[in-house]
Amino acid sequence: MDQIGFLAPRPAVLARRREIVADLLDLMPPGCLVHEERELVPFETDAFVSYRRLPLAVALPETTAEVAAVLKYCHRYGVPVVPRGAGTSLAGGAIPQEDAVVLGLSKMSRILEVDYANRTATVQAGVTNLSISDAVSADGYFYAPDPSSQLACTIGGNIGMNSGGAHCLKYGVTTNNLLGVKLVLIDGTVVELGGKALDAGGLDLLGLVCGGEGQLGVVTEATVRLIARPEGARPVLFGFDSSEDAGACVADVIGAGIIPVAIEFMDKPAIEICEAFAQAGYPMDVEALLIVEVEGSDAEMDAMLGKIIEIAGRHGVRVVKESQSATEAALIWKGRKSAFGATGRIADYICMDGTVPLGQLSHVLRGTAEIVAKYGLRVANVFHAGDGNMHPLILFNANDPEDAARAEAAGNDILKLCVDAGGCLTGEHGVGVEKRDLMRHQYAEVDLAQQMAVRAAFDPQWLLNPSKVFPLEGRPAA
Amino acid sequence: MTAVHEPLSEEAAARLVQVASLSSARFVIRGGGTRSLFSPPEGTEALSTRALAGITAYNPAEMTMTARSGTPLAEIEAALAEKRQMLAFEPTDLKALTGAEGASTIGGVFATNASGPRRFVAGAARDSLLGVRFVNGCGEIVKAGGRVMKNVTGLDLAKVLAGSHGSLALVTEVTFRVLPVPETAATVVVSGLNDAEAAAAMATAMALPVEVSGAAHLPESVRGRFAGGALPGEGAATVLRLEGLAASVAVRQEKLAAELAAFGPVSVLDAETTKALWREIRDAAPYADGTARPLWRVSVAPTMGHQLVAALRLETGVDAFYDWQGGLLWLRMEADPEAALLRRYVKALGGGHATLVRARPEVLAATPVFEPQAEAVAALSAQVKASFDPSGVFVSRMVG
Ligand SMILES: Cc1cc2nc3c(=O)[nH]c(=O)nc-3n(C[C@H](O)[C@H](O)[C@H](O)COP(=O)(O)OP(=O)(O)OC[C@H]3O[C@@H](n4cnc5c(N)ncnc54)[C@H](O)[C@@H]3O)c2cc1C
Repeated sequence: MDQIGFLAPRPAVLARRREIVADLLDLMPPGCLVHEERELVPFETDAFVSYRRLPLAVALPETTAEVAAVLKYCHRYGVPVVPRGAGTSLAGGAIPQEDAVVLGLSKMSRILEVDYANRTATVQAGVTNLSISDAVSADGYFYAPDPSSQLACTIGGNIGMNSGGAHCLKYGVTTNNLLGVKLVLIDGTVVELGGKALDAGGLDLLGLVCGGEGQLGVVTEATVRLIARPEGARPVLFGFDSSEDAGACVADVIGAGIIPVAIEFMDKPAIEICEAFAQAGYPMDVEALLIVEVEGSDAEMDAMLGKIIEIAGRHGVRVVKESQSATEAALIWKGRKSAFGATGRIADYICMDGTVPLGQLSHVLRGTAEIVAKYGLRVANVFHAGDGNMHPLILFNANDPEDAARAEAAGNDILKLCVDAGGCLTGEHGVGVEKRDLMRHQYAEVDLAQQMAVRAAFDPQWLLNPSKVFPLEGRPAA
Repeated sequence: MTAVHEPLSEEAAARLVQVASLSSARFVIRGGGTRSLFSPPEGTEALSTRALAGITAYNPAEMTMTARSGTPLAEIEAALAEKRQMLAFEPTDLKALTGAEGASTIGGVFATNASGPRRFVAGAARDSLLGVRFVNGCGEIVKAGGRVMKNVTGLDLAKVLAGSHGSLALVTEVTFRVLPVPETAATVVVSGLNDAEAAAAMATAMALPVEVSGAAHLPESVRGRFAGGALPGEGAATVLRLEGLAASVAVRQEKLAAELAAFGPVSVLDAETTKALWREIRDAAPYADGTARPLWRVSVAPTMGHQLVAALRLETGVDAFYDWQGGLLWLRMEADPEAALLRRYVKALGGGHATLVRARPEVLAATPVFEPQAEAVAALSAQVKASFDPSGVFVSRMVG
């Protein structure tokens, strides 16, 4: 599959490859530059594996000063830079290009400070998402955004994509939990944005950087908000006879003013895939399943669940199954969070990420099924229903180029359906290269031009992750 | 008198700005005029959103509303209240404090990121803002964001417009998230703590799994000016708000009161008193004293708040109370705003920012009301400003 174009490599950069490698070797301690072709292969793609490009070199600096030195050098010589965390982007956000230096943050993975009195943690950008919660959980705290990839993905990547997760319905996504960053600009300048004091004085540049997809600068440190862990949490399974019923139930729960911590949705194919993988105890005789998590003391959870069960009853819920133990609760979440991995074991898939208004859930689920059927493909739906963030997983065979092209076309049609239903192309995975060429479906030319102007305010030469987010044609001259 | 333009439509506003961008006309954007931190400089004209008013969409089941920027805040809050919903960030109303007249608009609320007590746990105005339409400095009508809860499609321009104090663009329409009004609320009061003890008590409360949604400390000098002087106990009042389902507030209130008993005498306020009290805290009511004595809104790390006040007290006359677990200070100076002194201490205590929200006009004009930025950040902000408004049509004190 090779429908999506990348910028043509700059011949002047390719021609200087050896010098650039030699210079970068000088800028960092030994062992921080990868440049042998064989060793570059692990960096040629991310979790959007249909596309790959070998980078010119991979820099793995250990300090902010080294990051600054590398950027300053690349800026001076016009070398594109692709920031990279763990490379779990599903949108191709971390895929390099032939003339680019990948700037990987994996060696900067220390937790610098945990400050419970102010409820903050300050970490290096290469720290994994889960390790923050792990570091503070014994003391009764957690870091809220929890992408399913949290074991691997980094806080730098989370900031790049403004990532979400199952528990964002109540606690918000990355941008709502990020207090400050240390950011290195393309010319090597280091700036601090935000910090432990809320709502920094000037323009909210932090709000731009979060979700900036590595195009505005390289984050080397972040200060994030910690939250006291609730007394208890209980996921409950609700099984329905149809996806429509489940979708309507979600809209009614939210409409009734009830906001659980999480409302996750799975259709039958997703239930089968996840159950086979995790033996989570999901009901197998239903067409659609909601995992609703409530939290607090037992009395609080009972009160909220009572209301949800009543609403579900109005939508013909067939199965209500409460987790009876911590082990069962963990299994329920294990099944959900391994959905993508488990799907990957039975087929190749691409994961869409459109978000729609809650009232449109049923309509879009139906439309998705029709689109996928039209292309002769299969789909499994597993997603964050409470905030309308859909994840159809389109199954295909990557060894069959025609099948792959059909999957990509089906995905595009589904995303257009989401936009037309009043939603957007991507709720949490980012635009990357994957959705880049659909941006004009959501935005008018003048809207995109404004975004590109802001982007250029940070990086006038378009050196940072340049093949991503904005359609390649119609860009302003750098 | 400066000229006031009051375009009747977004298109008319865009034409005005486009013409201005080609001439030397300069605009100061005005909503209700209740949150402005300075009188328009010589040679500028006012561009008012007053005629760009009205709620254009409200979908309670999806918890979103869209309104033109000139819609009065009161109209929006009334429409929400009818469906038992609210703005999670509790927009402040500083009219009584500054003596401003007029009706605050929703555009002004977002343009100043005006967020009240719940902000430190539930986010600021910027966190509720989902989408915007605006006229940039070239007179182009642009949209950004959308109306869904999660959206990472392209750059998050809504964030940078929130809190930009009219420096980037004329926002014409906002779409924002709303939340259900909690079924009930209560306030746990601990009496007689000094500022440092209060900081410890509030940190303790925030570490508990009880979801405190307001944490303020009202020292003895101000406590009499809250709740009609009827706050229980002696001395300072440290107040912690709980909200939610009745059953759960009852349980959490007991837990919290039990934990805090170690700090001092504890009492509990009912839902009605809670509502009134937190409105007063939100609006810094004790300092609505009919004077123009300099008033600062200072944001620092929560544990630094009382240290800042203690340090200032050694050098100048200052009265203060604390919100956001101690991280938000309302500081009233006796006479001079003491901007340099204050900002030096803020910096020494780990950084933050001080905004001058009230002073005599000539003092306001002579004082940098916003926290000066580090050089590289200021340079970047100027570039961002230029990307919205290349010819500098919009005049604001936030970005030069
Ligand atoms: C199985 C699976 C499940 C997933 N589940 C979720 C989910 O539930 N929710 C969700 O939101 N996402 C999910 N994702 C997507 C992905 O994990 C997230 O986008 C994640 O935040 C990427 O982090 P990363 O460290 O891998 O970043 P990368 O993939 O390496 O990079 C992501 C982007 O951020 C930029 N970037 C990385 N580091 C920095 C930095 N230090 N400074 C500046 N820019 C930087 C990159 O240039 C790139 O544009 C999932 C992915 C997989 C494979």
